[in-house]
Amino acid sequence: MSETVAARTAFDLIPKATGPQAAKDFKSDQEVRWCPGCGDYAILAAMQGFLPELGLARENICFVSGIGCSSRFPYYLNTYGMHSIHGRAPAIATGLAASRPDLSVWVVTGDGDALSIGGNHLIHALRRNVNLKILLFNNRIYGLTKGQYSPTSEVGKLTKSTPMGSVDYPFNPLSLAIGAEASFVARTIDSDRKHLTSVLRAAAEHEGSAFVEIYQNCNIFNDGAFDVLKDPESRDEALIRLEHGSPITLGKDGQWAVVRTGWGLGVAETASVDPADIVVHDETVEDASYAFALSRLPGLDLRNTPIGVLRNVKRPTYDSIVREQLETAATSAPKEEELARLLNSGDTWTIL
Amino acid sequence: MSDVSSPEAKPIRQLDHVVIRFAGDSGDGMQLTGDRFTSETAQLGNDLSTLPNFPAEIRAPAGTLPGVSSFQLHFADHDILTPGDAPDVLVAMNPAALKANVGDLPGGATVIVNVDEFNKRAMAKVGYATSPFEDDSLSGFTVHQVPLTSMTVESLAEYEVPKRDAVRAKNMFALGLISWLYSRPVESTIAFIERKFAARPEIATANVAAIKAGWAYGETTEGFAVRYEVKPATLPAGNYRNITGNTALAYGIVAAGVRSELPVFLGAYPITPASDILHELSRHKKFGVTTFQAEDEIAAVGAAIGASYGGALGVTSTSGPGVALKSEAISLAVALELPLVVVDVQRAGPSTGLPTKTEQADLNIALFGRHGEAPVAVVAASSPSDCFHAALEACRIAVQYRTPVILLSDGYLANGSEPWKLPEIDELPDLRVAFADGPNHTLDNGEEVFWPYKRDPQTLARPWAVPGTAGLEHRIGGLEKRDGTGDISYDPANHDLMVRTRAARIEAIEVPDLEVEDPTGDARVLALGWGSTYGPIGAACRKLRAAGQSIAQAHLRHLSPMPANLGKVLASYDKVIVPEMNLGQLSTVLRARFLVDVIGYQQVRGLPFTSTELESVFEEVVKNV
Ligand code: SF4
Repeated sequence: MSETVAARTAFDLIPKATGPQAAKDFKSDQEVRWCPGCGDYAILAAMQGFLPELGLARENICFVSGIGCSSRFPYYLNTYGMHSIHGRAPAIATGLAASRPDLSVWVVTGDGDALSIGGNHLIHALRRNVNLKILLFNNRIYGLTKGQYSPTSEVGKLTKSTPMGSVDYPFNPLSLAIGAEASFVARTIDSDRKHLTSVLRAAAEHEGSAFVEIYQNCNIFNDGAFDVLKDPESRDEALIRLEHGSPITLGKDGQWAVVRTGWGLGVAETASVDPADIVVHDETVEDASYAFALSRLPGLDLRNTPIGVLRNVKRPTYDSIVREQLETAATSAPKEEELARLLNSGDTWTIL
Repeated sequence: MSDVSSPEAKPIRQLDHVVIRFAGDSGDGMQLTGDRFTSETAQLGNDLSTLPNFPAEIRAPAGTLPGVSSFQLHFADHDILTPGDAPDVLVAMNPAALKANVGDLPGGATVIVNVDEFNKRAMAKVGYATSPFEDDSLSGFTVHQVPLTSMTVESLAEYEVPKRDAVRAKNMFALGLISWLYSRPVESTIAFIERKFAARPEIATANVAAIKAGWAYGETTEGFAVRYEVKPATLPAGNYRNITGNTALAYGIVAAGVRSELPVFLGAYPITPASDILHELSRHKKFGVTTFQAEDEIAAVGAAIGASYGGALGVTSTSGPGVALKSEAISLAVALELPLVVVDVQRAGPSTGLPTKTEQADLNIALFGRHGEAPVAVVAASSPSDCFHAALEACRIAVQYRTPVILLSDGYLANGSEPWKLPEIDELPDLRVAFADGPNHTLDNGEEVFWPYKRDPQTLARPWAVPGTAGLEHRIGGLEKRDGTGDISYDPANHDLMVRTRAARIEAIEVPDLEVEDPTGDARVLALGWGSTYGPIGAACRKLRAAGQSIAQAHLRHLSPMPANLGKVLASYDKVIVPEMNLGQLSTVLRARFLVDVIGYQQVRGLPFTSTELESVFEEVVKNV
């Protein structure tokens, strides 16, 4: 079994497009209604630009979302789509993906949707490894309900619901996903279209649950939340661009490097370490501790934030195993006949 | 019993019906004993009805009153409707079982006790200060003090079984004895034991030996002077099997998958008393049934909705607390207008309530328990075997009308059983529906387009357009949609139209007229019920009619929409009595909708009504019209 699963790619069972596709083919006729300047626009544009590359039949792509600003996403894509209820998109998408191997199913969610009200569904979808691509637009705020702090907001956040500062400690979404046995975990940023697209592609190609955190600017309620990662002055010092097979360094000239420290990983001055001690990134490391250690590099100030694919391992998918069981159980007898046999099973008797 | 020698045949007395209750500790195997006796009885051709009653705890403290588990079986040579009001025979495996059940016995009942367990400590544990055999507390009954434990152990002395296993076989000894007493064949039980313990042949041998010893004990002891026989019932010709409500319901869903030619997707989270539906359906993958044990009730219904969106028959099964959790998602399905079957095996609430006891107090949540105007169809099963047909009906409405349907069963139906005349497969309803496959609307400019919310004028159902269908790409969601196009719409008039349309499309569901049973044709009182009260109401009406009174009976399968003739039926009787195992939920609806002054009769004890109780209630009403 594992061999056939391993040999499979995410697209094997999905019908391909019969002709060339363009970004405009994926634009729906609905007027996009995010606030001007919202990071969601960039993500949508990247997605519309990227989908034609996949070459899948458009009708076999489906976006499922929950509630929140980001969850309007499906309305704007000319694929199948469902804008569902708060937090439940992973559950709904699980039912769809598990019963329809011929679909490429995407979940679009936000920090409140996925990590607060829908936390349970997110972790279970990830551990099951259902063939879903989960895109979490993290703006570290509740936008749609006009500005309350979210489960990824920094401690002390001043919002309408926390006038003296928020008290609760935030989630690290990637750490959470890795803890939940995710087989694919990545992070990218709304403003870096090229990087965003490369991460989307890697996620799409992954067979199983792919978890992608996208840092997204909410310019209305939490403007500049990720500026340290975007500002040309600071970004090189703050961002760690992960490349599979390359030593992990940061800084304009790579003056910082990721090395093993204590229980995990840390950042050291490149000049002060033996080049052999610089960690070479391998997204396929089975042991989740490695990806977890990467996910722990940044502090609350976002310095040392890794972007790119942290983890990408193969594990049989929930839906493929479910399908295998169905195929194993299937018989060639007509269903009506099987049904008659079922009803007549057990102790029966005849009255004449 | 060919290999048990018959020392001297005892006289046989004919009975027309018997009610037996097996009672013991939850670890005594009373449910299995009852099940086996039921199966033997079914094969003999009696009509029967069963009522298991067990504690919520898996192994409640041994020898205590809360730990008592019982199984009641009513069998007869004629068609019967209930598991019987009161046992004619009580088999009590210990003092707790006697104490917990003796109050239900009518004068003259037979009590068979396992006297071995009546030691001082065990009796004191349940408050017997003196032995009930020594005071007059059992004076109205025929008491057989049988040393079940010691005789079982003795009869197994020659086998290599540990004492503990020998003691545990005492329920099989009791089964052998009762099978002898009521002339039931035990061959199928022996075959069953051999199958069940195939991996541990020594246990199988011991249990079979215990059954035979119990049978032989009946034949030889002087304690039992007569045997009884209950002739087969004259039921309609056909093939029969005995079936519980949960199994029948699961079969109904499998059948709906076959008859609709749709894959079935069940999302479920374990909950008493609905889990057996998940267990049963998980065994039928060959029919294309996928079962998804979800992380919670919400995910269970969510996944079912997702599967329905993808073109499967989405089902979720639960009990009341689960329906509460699913409420928001059911409202989503109302807005999405997708097929969804929500099975609610009701149990006594609120909150955890009495998880293993029955109640029908979820009618309100089924009809009204959602935010906003969110009407759904509601269907109720009336007997264990009827769960099969009710499930098919729920699925028919769901797929044909693209709507959530709540299917109400309850703990009594779920675990109770009765003979079921097996249907012919080709007589089951044809549930096939067509998916949308192309444009369904022409714009003013002549362009052919697909409108996801353009309705069938007859059913008011929108097209079921599943992902993967080229040219039909569309987005649906919880936001209000423009009529026809399905685009997001905040227009007040459109919202008003959509709310009314969602209500109208439930009312547009075609359901059969309510049938009234009134053999004398002159009844002025109607007994109206829904759900599992069908048996006791029917039995009470029969008794009343046998006593020369007239009463009509009708039973609602469809609670939403209600049958079109219901108002007329209600208006044509002087009095309408509505018994319910809640505080009058149907009564309230009938009063509100039809302005009829129905008389409610309610009881919420976690147990079904007895027909005797209803008979006297009905008699009061009939007398006073
Ligand atoms: S509130 Fe924030 S996240 Fe929402 S649309 Fe406006 S800018 Fe974007």
